[in-house]
Amino acid sequence: MDFNRAVQTVYTMWLREMIRFSRSKSRIIGALATPLFFLIILGAGFSSSFQVRGGGAFDKSYLAPGLIGMSVLFASLMGGVSIIWDREFGFLKEILIAPVSRFFVALGKAIGGVTTAMIQGILIMIIAWFIGVRYVSILGVLSGIVVMFISGIGFIGLGIAIASRIESHEGFQMVMSFLTMPLVLLSGAFFPISNLPAWLKTLIYLNPLTYGVEALRYCLLGSSIIPIWMSITVLLVFSIAMIALGGRLFGKMKVI
Amino acid sequence: MLYAIETSGITKRFEEVTAVNKISIFVKPGELFGLLGPNGAGKTTLISMLSTMIEPSEGSALVWGHDVLKEADQVRQNIGVVFQDTTLDDRLTGRENLDLHGRLYGLDRKTRKNRIEDVLSLVELTDRADAIVKTYSGGMTRRLEIARGLMHHPHVLFLDEPTLGLDPQTRLHIWEYINELNKKEGVTILLTTHYMEEADKLCDRIAIIDHGQIAALDTPQALKNMLGGDVITLELGDSDDVDKLCGSFLKDGFANIVTKNQNEVFITVNNGERQIPHVLALASKAGVPILSVSLRKPTLDDVFIHYTGRAIRDKEVSEIEKAGYRMRSRRK
Repeated sequence: MDFNRAVQTVYTMWLREMIRFSRSKSRIIGALATPLFFLIILGAGFSSSFQVRGGGAFDKSYLAPGLIGMSVLFASLMGGVSIIWDREFGFLKEILIAPVSRFFVALGKAIGGVTTAMIQGILIMIIAWFIGVRYVSILGVLSGIVVMFISGIGFIGLGIAIASRIESHEGFQMVMSFLTMPLVLLSGAFFPISNLPAWLKTLIYLNPLTYGVEALRYCLLGSSIIPIWMSITVLLVFSIAMIALGGRLFGKMKVI
Repeated sequence: MLYAIETSGITKRFEEVTAVNKISIFVKPGELFGLLGPNGAGKTTLISMLSTMIEPSEGSALVWGHDVLKEADQVRQNIGVVFQDTTLDDRLTGRENLDLHGRLYGLDRKTRKNRIEDVLSLVELTDRADAIVKTYSGGMTRRLEIARGLMHHPHVLFLDEPTLGLDPQTRLHIWEYINELNKKEGVTILLTTHYMEEADKLCDRIAIIDHGQIAALDTPQALKNMLGGDVITLELGDSDDVDKLCGSFLKDGFANIVTKNQNEVFITVNNGERQIPHVLALASKAGVPILSVSLRKPTLDDVFIHYTGRAIRDKEVSEIEKAGYRMRSRRK
């Protein structure tokens, strides 16, 4: 397959995701509501009760990067596993018998999903600004968007890999509950990751979302516990590994 | 290239069952070829192999001159497939579905635009093209899928049960489209069906397929002729006359086969309607009064019963179907 055809395939899959996204406004509102509730209610509750050890406010500004990370995680994973719905409703067959490479189909799907995840993340970022969250700089905000992209690609690759192996949407519900909640809770989205018991710290440092949240915190608020170069390195490795895995498993996926 | 589709000993085994067992068919370019068989006979599996969805366990197949295993991309570029279950994106409009398809098959913007109008008007969906597919009826969905299958000018079109679950009127419509495609655009069509009438009306040649094997293959007319011709049934008032009448018919020698049953006589002949006067003349010469005469032309149903030993409709669930159900339920 030549280069043009590959680009066309990726673009086609992206275009489809965009059309579908633009037609599901209620889903978008629902996806924005959860992190915003967390932001407003937890932000208000935490800031009047706790302080970060060693100084610094523990308020909605502190929570915002975590919640942006959470919504990127949800949207990307969902974008990846939506392949299961394509299979249930038959459209996957149409893609699989087209004379195009499956890897570029998966890549197009991933870029489409990550675009929707970034749109959601940016919307939360904007709404958070309106309710009083302040970011350090324009450059910080722009690099935050790049971080969203890199971590989104990683989670979407993971989603595609899971969807290629799972046989049904019931199984998918289970995987999602067992995956998303631990990922979010063990990411430092809701609490600082310093001064933690060793077992918790280990789990948190094994979680890729931790590095996404930490990188966002560095970009948007100007400081983070994990150094930014380390976060970015881990995220890049994770994303490349996941998209390779997702593309590979999708290539082997059987549809009868 | 001599044949549009050419298979040699193509076989597909699923765990414990053989869904397709050493099938060899040769479909000429421009032909409308039918695979007729009950559910679970292996028709869909055969189409899935020819359209590169699944790989054969044994044997090989060429579609438009390309090997389905070694040259899957060339095969895909040359075929259109309309699956039994819908494979449209129902959140998109009809036009968007066609456009995405055109993009996947590498058509440029102008070609896509023109072709979309062409295929939409062919299946008469132009005025509903910008409605979301979810709002389409069953017949419209099927028509849109046929249109989509044609977007990229395929040489070979696979139609898997194209009229399954449609009302009789819509079915007639779909038949018209299929005929038009085949005759006007010269598309080679391989369709599967378990409707006798569909196979009879549409297809140039039919392969009767049962238990994954071909039971018979010929034109619909030749298949029916193989049964020996039309059957004239005579009902007599007195069953004692039966033997006498049979005797005079056999002596005359015009009938292929003469059989009897209580007070009825069955005469198998060619051109039954032209033979009725002769039959009646012989009966009156023999002095046997006739109560009624009826003529029956053989149908594909008769052919099917002849080759498989049962009717296509009242068929119990086959092993393959059960395996199919198992596979599907395991997935859930």
